[in-house]
Amino acid sequence: MTFFDGLRKIDRRWIFLAIGLLVVVPLLTGFHIAPVQPSARARGFYDAIEKVPAGSKVLLAGDYDPGTIAENYPMHLAAVRQLMRRNIKIIAVELYPGGPPLADRVLRIAGAEYNKKEGIDYTNLGYKSGNEAVMSQMGSSIPVTFPADRSGTKVSRIPVMKGVENFGQIALLISVSAGYPGTKEWVQQVVSRYHVPMVAGVTAVSAPEYYPYLQAGQLQGLLGGMAGAAEYETLVKAPGLATRGMDAQSLAHIFIALMILLGNLAALPQRSSGGKS
Amino acid sequence: MHLSTDLGVWIAALLTLGILSFLYKDNPAYKLCEHLFVGVSAGYYVVLNYFSVVKPNLLDKLFGPGPDYFLIVPLILGVLLFSRFFPKGDWLSRWSIALILGVYPALRITGFGQGDFVEQIHGSMLPLWVPGNPAATVNNWLLIGGLLATLIFFFFSKEHKGALGGTAKVGVYFLMVSFGASYGYTVMARISLLIGRVMFLLHDWLGVLHL
Repeated sequence: MTFFDGLRKIDRRWIFLAIGLLVVVPLLTGFHIAPVQPSARARGFYDAIEKVPAGSKVLLAGDYDPGTIAENYPMHLAAVRQLMRRNIKIIAVELYPGGPPLADRVLRIAGAEYNKKEGIDYTNLGYKSGNEAVMSQMGSSIPVTFPADRSGTKVSRIPVMKGVENFGQIALLISVSAGYPGTKEWVQQVVSRYHVPMVAGVTAVSAPEYYPYLQAGQLQGLLGGMAGAAEYETLVKAPGLATRGMDAQSLAHIFIALMILLGNLAALPQRSSGGKS
Repeated sequence: MHLSTDLGVWIAALLTLGILSFLYKDNPAYKLCEHLFVGVSAGYYVVLNYFSVVKPNLLDKLFGPGPDYFLIVPLILGVLLFSRFFPKGDWLSRWSIALILGVYPALRITGFGQGDFVEQIHGSMLPLWVPGNPAATVNNWLLIGGLLATLIFFFFSKEHKGALGGTAKVGVYFLMVSFGASYGYTVMARISLLIGRVMFLLHDWLGVLHL
């Protein structure tokens, strides 16, 4: 049996084990490959928030659930930190059922760090089902779409919601999204109709879908997956979970690239003999 | 090592290990975790939808002070959806489904038309010569060339031969680059999810990782 025969017959569980070790060991040992360099896409995200005047109101859509915490949560937390550092008021909404507790968590953590008060500096209006219909209705009236916040307080009694009627009072739309409904729908329903500036932080698997929006200027910035979150954490000078995970990510990528290369080399004899070997 | 004393963390950790055990082979622990996930998710969504949608948007407005009687219409349409459980009266649900089918495609088509179709065509109208910026010039040529070649690949009204075939082949190469980028991002996404779970196990549960 040749080396390539052995490769073709390798039990895939050995590969799973190798990937597992390549993730666990760098995390435990603090093994470091290279510093994170922010891309133009992450810088666009950061700059768009920097341009928002202090005291303005932004809409923070946290459209993800615990399934994508590793990718979306670090960028969500970093965005809230940057917004609160700049004294920008946050109106949070979620179109994923599992999203509200995660939005509560990032708002509470960053709120404690920057001494911000719920209701005055930020509010979480919670989850609403209806996907595009919710976005469309928010264009008519945000208070009608979300009559109360997560704890049941009517929006008319929430100071941060004072004067907010629709997207006309929103300085920036920030979408932290895991898929549908998310960034794509916010662009289609809100950016194109109401011309609200928008940035997005998305899962890596969905990121390629949003590059055309970035290229066309419909998005001002884009964070793709854990790498995008790590770049953004570098920009806000608050290294967190994403930055910590990047070395494990890089090692796993190198290993997978090597496996793809070896797998193709192992398949070469089969291809040259018409797949009969 | 500071092992967690939180019961919730222990349950989450054991469920994570139960799901990951599928990587070795299918087993009863994995099945248990899978069924628990489906059941708990369904229950959570029902309760969440009641308290975040049905109660504030319908019941409170219909039965609270200053009732809005127009909401009886969506209430009836919503109730009619449940007629699908009864074979003899399931046709009643078609009224509600007809409304959903009427509204959603309209919302999505107009959104797509404005957000994707028009804006993306607008975004591809780029100058082929950017004075003083050769990189932008090359980038614009690549984008427009790639766009045209890929569009030609999807033009099936004429056999792909000669210049048309050659251009279509270039379009295939652009598509392959795009698929490669998508695959790379997909790998990154899956590894990120694994890192997230490993961080949870090492930090929140076992307490051997300091973040």
